[in-house]
Amino acid sequence: MHYCGDFRTSYEKDVEIFQTPFIKVCMGFLMLALLAVPFLLKGEYLWIVLQIVIAVIGAVGLNILTGFTGQISLGQGAFFGVGAYTSAYLTAKMGVSFWVGIPAAGLVTAMAGMVFGVPSLRLKGLYLAIATLASQFILEWIFVRWESVTGGSYGIVVSRPAIGGFVFESDASYYYVVLAFAVVMVLFATNLIRTRTGRAFMAVRDHYISAEIMGISIYKYRLLSFGISSFYAGVAGALFGHALKFVSSEQFNIGVSIVYLAMIIIGGLGSIIGSVFGAIFMILLPKVLSVITEAVAADIPSIAKLAISFEQGVFGLIIVLFLIFEPDGLAHRWKLIKAYWKLYPFSY
Amino acid sequence: MTTQYLLQLVISGLVVGSIYAAVALGFTIIYKATRVVNFAQGEFLMVGAYVCYAFVVQMGVPFYAAMLLTILFGMVLAVILERLILRPMIGEPIISIIMVTIGLSLVLRSIVTAVWGNDILVYEPKLFPQETVSMAGVPVSLEFIWCFILSMVLLAVFSVFFKYSKAGVAMRATAFNQQVAQSMGISVKHIFALSWIISAVVSGIGGVLIGNINGINSSLYHFGLKVFPATILGGLDSILGAALGGLIIGLLENLSDGFCKSYLDLSGVKEVAPYVILVIILMIKPYGLFGTKEIERV
Repeated sequence: MHYCGDFRTSYEKDVEIFQTPFIKVCMGFLMLALLAVPFLLKGEYLWIVLQIVIAVIGAVGLNILTGFTGQISLGQGAFFGVGAYTSAYLTAKMGVSFWVGIPAAGLVTAMAGMVFGVPSLRLKGLYLAIATLASQFILEWIFVRWESVTGGSYGIVVSRPAIGGFVFESDASYYYVVLAFAVVMVLFATNLIRTRTGRAFMAVRDHYISAEIMGISIYKYRLLSFGISSFYAGVAGALFGHALKFVSSEQFNIGVSIVYLAMIIIGGLGSIIGSVFGAIFMILLPKVLSVITEAVAADIPSIAKLAISFEQGVFGLIIVLFLIFEPDGLAHRWKLIKAYWKLYPFSY
Repeated sequence: MTTQYLLQLVISGLVVGSIYAAVALGFTIIYKATRVVNFAQGEFLMVGAYVCYAFVVQMGVPFYAAMLLTILFGMVLAVILERLILRPMIGEPIISIIMVTIGLSLVLRSIVTAVWGNDILVYEPKLFPQETVSMAGVPVSLEFIWCFILSMVLLAVFSVFFKYSKAGVAMRATAFNQQVAQSMGISVKHIFALSWIISAVVSGIGGVLIGNINGINSSLYHFGLKVFPATILGGLDSILGAALGGLIIGLLENLSDGFCKSYLDLSGVKEVAPYVILVIILMIKPYGLFGTKEIERV
């Protein structure tokens, strides 16, 4: 049921995230559906959903930095790595519990992010993008060379978390752990952008000189944005490490950074729901592509090799086409669809 | 560390640096005229190297003809890419443009691996003489010297082009202010296409040169990533800066690698040194040696 206007009578009503009963019911169903996933999907499909949920955390984090604060980061992949290695080192080598390891991973990554965010105090736009690109390569190099902590090219073997005697060993049980983190962090981000901090981020993005004149310390908010974004990346990276039960440097290369940047651009910059769409799209895309190439290769074996090398190319092509034909991302399309159904059948 | 070793480091640093300079030149030309940050610059280099390989080795075309054909191919490719992909992106935010060139780089890379595979290919016959000459007691391969000279010539030609030719002046005018340039009768569209053409050609030649020394494989595009330290050091929109920046980065990369190997027992510094330098420059002198300072007024 739709209301034809805003009928809020109290301040509490006005600040609710989900304002109409319809939305609340929808969200309830969505939550039920998410909880039911392990019963419906098994094996590889469940693993894909698990990856998507982790990617959502990372994408939301990057969107806070790039979409809301306007600071382009090409180093998200490396920050993932910082989180994954921190948690792996703490849990596997020092015997700390997973439940301490994850927040610690987030905090350490936030610190690292703020260190590499320091150039953002003087730089913006392209220059910052290049600075973060440099941080990606520097961190990647550290992952490989700092063998006493990262295990060098051998990596670190990590285990799944446990509470009391219960170990979240299966993908299905671990999915709930990841889901809990994701829900909390997405809700936190949704709330964050409605606070003074979030509005300050957007002011810095839209016109930083005006923002500064209005009393917003741009240095503070840029660094804070780097910190929060890296915290998200760290948690996502750590969760990913524990999901895979193995952490090694190849998992956090420049390709990962590019995929995350593509997620938020295709999903929609400055939109939480867009980050979610983008994460779903970019995780599913390579899987669908590989299914297609396998099918093609099975039918026509002579082009099998060709098809495999084209997989990356098609991936790139889809990014390009998306940017040319849908520059505002999936979130924009979602808005149009919603608006269409709201007015249906009288669309004018 | 002996002086000989040091000299060797300097020489190979200068040679690699001259290739960086050529690619950085290509990058700067595009950035200067169109404000597009081209993350696919390294792929242009790679495509150039492979296309020249196809002509010389697979079709047996003589080298000079092959070089001309490669240049021609680079031109056509650049025009197509500019028209189909970059033109629609005019006016989009910087992040979309970065992403679109990254997407483009993935596409080019996959086409190259699809056609030529992943193995290292070697130019046969070699394009340059293989003898070594002795410079200050250090044996230096002649192809190194050729490579260095050719990239320096390339850089000199384009500096003259920008300074004196009509098209060069038009490009500089466009870079300065597109609307004014347009109203003075300069076709901004043509300038955009021209800058992509020049960029692709310069990088392609760089690719042929480096492919000649090291052999070519699909990881040649890494050169494109080294372009960022070089251009940032030189100043993003300065041709001279790109040339100097490339040489300096090549030198520093080799020297730091040599020093860390002999004194600190640390290998692989080469991969990371340019980026460390990059971060330091960005912190001290963000607009590089010769770059235009952006002054912002409210």
